[in-house]
Amino acid sequence: MTSAEVVAVALFAGVTFYAIFGGADFGGGFWDLVAGGAGRGAKPRALIDASIGPVWEANHVWLIFCLVVLWTAFPGAFGSIMLTLFVPLLLAALGIVLRGSGFAFRRVVLRLTNQRVFGAAFAVSSVVVPYCMGAVAGGIASGRVPRGGTAGDLVDSWVNPTSILGGVLAVATCAYLAAVFLTNDARRSGLPELEGYFRRRAIGAALAAGVVALAGIVVLHDDTKRLYDGLVHRGWPLIGLSALAGAGALVMLVREAYRPARALAVAAVATVVWGWGVGQWPYLLPDSLKINAAAAPSATLTAVIIVTVVAVVVVVPALALLYVLDQRSLLESEEPRP
Amino acid sequence: MGALPGLMTLGASSQLPFARTQMAITLGVHIILVPLGVAWPAITLIADYRAIRKGDADSLRLAQRWSKVMAVTFAVGAVTGTVLSFELGLLWPRLMDRFGAAFGIPFAIEGIFFFTEAIFIAIYIYGWKRLRPWPHFWTGVPIMIAGIGGAVSVVAANSWMNQPGGFTLDKAGKVVDVDPLAVIFNRATPYESLHMIIAAYLVGGFLVASVYAVGILKGRTDRYHRIGFLIPFTVAAIAAPAQMVVGDWAARSVYHDQPVKFAAIEAVPRTSTHVPETLGGIYADGKVTGGIEIPDVASLLSGYSVNTRIKGFETVPARDRPPVTPVHLAWDVMVGLGTALTALSLWFAVVWWRRRRMPNTRWFLRAAALSGAAAIAALESGWVVTEVGRQPWIVSGFLRTEDAVTTVGDLWISLVVVLVLYAALAATAILVLRSMAARWRRAATEGELEEESVPYGPRPEMHEVGR
Ligand code: HDD
Ligand code: HEM
Ligand code: HEM
Repeated sequence: MTSAEVVAVALFAGVTFYAIFGGADFGGGFWDLVAGGAGRGAKPRALIDASIGPVWEANHVWLIFCLVVLWTAFPGAFGSIMLTLFVPLLLAALGIVLRGSGFAFRRVVLRLTNQRVFGAAFAVSSVVVPYCMGAVAGGIASGRVPRGGTAGDLVDSWVNPTSILGGVLAVATCAYLAAVFLTNDARRSGLPELEGYFRRRAIGAALAAGVVALAGIVVLHDDTKRLYDGLVHRGWPLIGLSALAGAGALVMLVREAYRPARALAVAAVATVVWGWGVGQWPYLLPDSLKINAAAAPSATLTAVIIVTVVAVVVVVPALALLYVLDQRSLLESEEPRP
Repeated sequence: MGALPGLMTLGASSQLPFARTQMAITLGVHIILVPLGVAWPAITLIADYRAIRKGDADSLRLAQRWSKVMAVTFAVGAVTGTVLSFELGLLWPRLMDRFGAAFGIPFAIEGIFFFTEAIFIAIYIYGWKRLRPWPHFWTGVPIMIAGIGGAVSVVAANSWMNQPGGFTLDKAGKVVDVDPLAVIFNRATPYESLHMIIAAYLVGGFLVASVYAVGILKGRTDRYHRIGFLIPFTVAAIAAPAQMVVGDWAARSVYHDQPVKFAAIEAVPRTSTHVPETLGGIYADGKVTGGIEIPDVASLLSGYSVNTRIKGFETVPARDRPPVTPVHLAWDVMVGLGTALTALSLWFAVVWWRRRRMPNTRWFLRAAALSGAAAIAALESGWVVTEVGRQPWIVSGFLRTEDAVTTVGDLWISLVVVLVLYAALAATAILVLRSMAARWRRAATEGELEEESVPYGPRPEMHEVGR
């Protein structure tokens, strides 16, 4: 493996972590959005708030990691992506502002009307941002971003079947992950009512995400033949694993075994993300730019690899500490109000 | 976009003013939040330490409340910083695409620090209730270290734009070799990063102190308010004189390494010795009008001698000169406010040294109440000096800003959207923070319980039970 490929794998690992942990936080916003009026939605919202609060900022840094690795190690591809996918990326950036600040403000204001406004900003952008990210992934995967720092089609690059698939799939998987995580959190907090509430939603979201993923194979067949071929020929073990993990997670949800359900749900989503990566390997921008051709000079790649190793050594234990404290309820600011 | 080619792909030149304005506004907002992420955790840890060591309830309450507010400012800082990361690509794709291999390296390092900071700030903020006091205190220390490390890395990227180095170009201008250490430790990194870190402590300290100065002026003279004033003010009062020394170092380095920027700072049309220090004034057609000239001082400060020769604008063609007036005035504002804040710090130090108490005249408190705003103004002006003074280059001597800007999109639309969003964000942040303060005041006067009035936030009282 060349060092460019090592960096590409690290980048993809970052994308996976963002999709799972960042995704679950966005999914929390989705359930916040559909939780209904202030009275009815109060309890699920309080649980969502308590679950996301301590972790969302750390999870968000995966996005920064992906951006900086992409622009340092593959500067040419970064330029092309930013030129072509200007609109969805700008929307995502602004959505991130609304989401983060909406969330932070909502926790500290008292009046219901204010909580509603900030809550709406948080919840709506929690759906818009993953959609845009998914659409960006679809635009890249379907070869709509040309190489060489030139702009592709500004509209078709993100309004096309693969991008729509990417966007919908992103929203669905976020909602799915969040519901599974929240079911577990509800049990941990001793809230049987919410446990059932999110368990039903997790099952629904699992089915929905599964249907979207299946439909996606058809969409790819028609829209992005290369990705489809890569996925079917090289990526089939991943597709198989994803299907198995998804089915297993569903069984565990039905049997109320939430910890295994959570692990299987994570596996189901991670394998879909990796399916994308394997499907377009060895291209960074499918059909025009290969990973090795896009790479920065070797000293830069070495620097990025060193940074990644240091990040693993420093950040992973710290993240583990955060999650362990969180899961042991040592970081709870407040139990959801009964 | 076959139908709207003219609309969607404007020429670079018409995009440039919008891109610049958007970059400047988003950076200008983010940089206000940076001191609150870099320096405030340290200030909070001082209060926390006092609370544990001396069993001081007032310090404990301050540390807890500060960390609650920090939860809000840190979130806003993180999201506005993310916007900047996107903007580097969205607005300046040719910068990233040509120089990302070098310029990107410090940002990659910054990622590690941001992770550490975000993780430990969460543990610290949410850990009051259940973690034991000393372990909880120690989870705050990595925030402080990561804040400094993060600032050094980002500023190293900016320094590299001013003093690019550590890369080799081929004939086509493509980066073919990179020396990462030379990129990170370019000629401007040492003084720029130190100057920024001290600025963060200076701004963070004066800003927090000014809130309590207002409170004391309004008659809330209890011990809680005095400690809330003294801890951050002491930090800032140490930083202010240090900042003068480092600023002087920065100025001398700019004199040597970035002569055109220096000519703009001092508004020097023609190379000469005995250059006067001009305060204020508008520069046009090769001369300054309306300023006050102090003879020889600019030469004296730059090279310790009135015979020091300072390069003027005639050394470079007109198209390579930055806009002079904004750089020159921003310089005056930074140095003027820096001097004023140092004077305020000395006043405090002298009274403390002689009387073991803070100055008790209302004039001192009034000045202290303004110090937060003054420090922010100095910070913003310093960045105007650096960034506008670098123009017309985005990478000094290698890439012009006009060649780096994006060619797609209608940037005026994104500029308008960003303006509206950031104005709303700023207004809301101020309103929300004020309402938190008002609530705490009510809690103090009416004995209302905090946790009952906050539906979600951390519950400080529980911590006292834990201790
Ligand atoms: C709180 C703020 C503050 C204060 C009181 C000062 N500065 Fe400053 N200055 C900054 C905050 C700042 C900054 C953090 O905004 C800048 C922008 C880039 C940098 O490295 O620091 C800066 C830049 C900056 C530069 C340009 C560096 C470059 O472009 O490479 C010079 C020459 C000085 N400063 C000099 C001074 C002097 C002589 C001061 C004192 C009297 C002073 N500064 C006070
Ligand atoms: C350390 C990090 C920073 C980096 C990497 C950075 C980078 C940039 C870039 C890429 C541009 C656009 C190109 C150009 O005009 O040269 C720019 C412009 C600008 N930045 Fe910075 N910047 C940093 C910090 C700041 C801060 C904190 C401020 C605070 C106000 C600031 C103020 C400005 C202004 C006013 C411009 C417009 C200059 C002009 O076009 O005349 N910068 N910066
Ligand atoms: C002088 C310049 C700058 C300094 C010292 C600085 C420092 C910081 C600090 C300490 C934080 C932590 C959040 C907080 O405390 O509010 C932060 C957040 C952030 N900054 Fe800046 N910043 C600067 C300019 C920039 C620029 C130019 C960019 C991007 C191009 C940037 C990108 C970010 C990002 C992505 C975050 C969010 C990290 C997270 O999710 O925790 N910053 N910055």
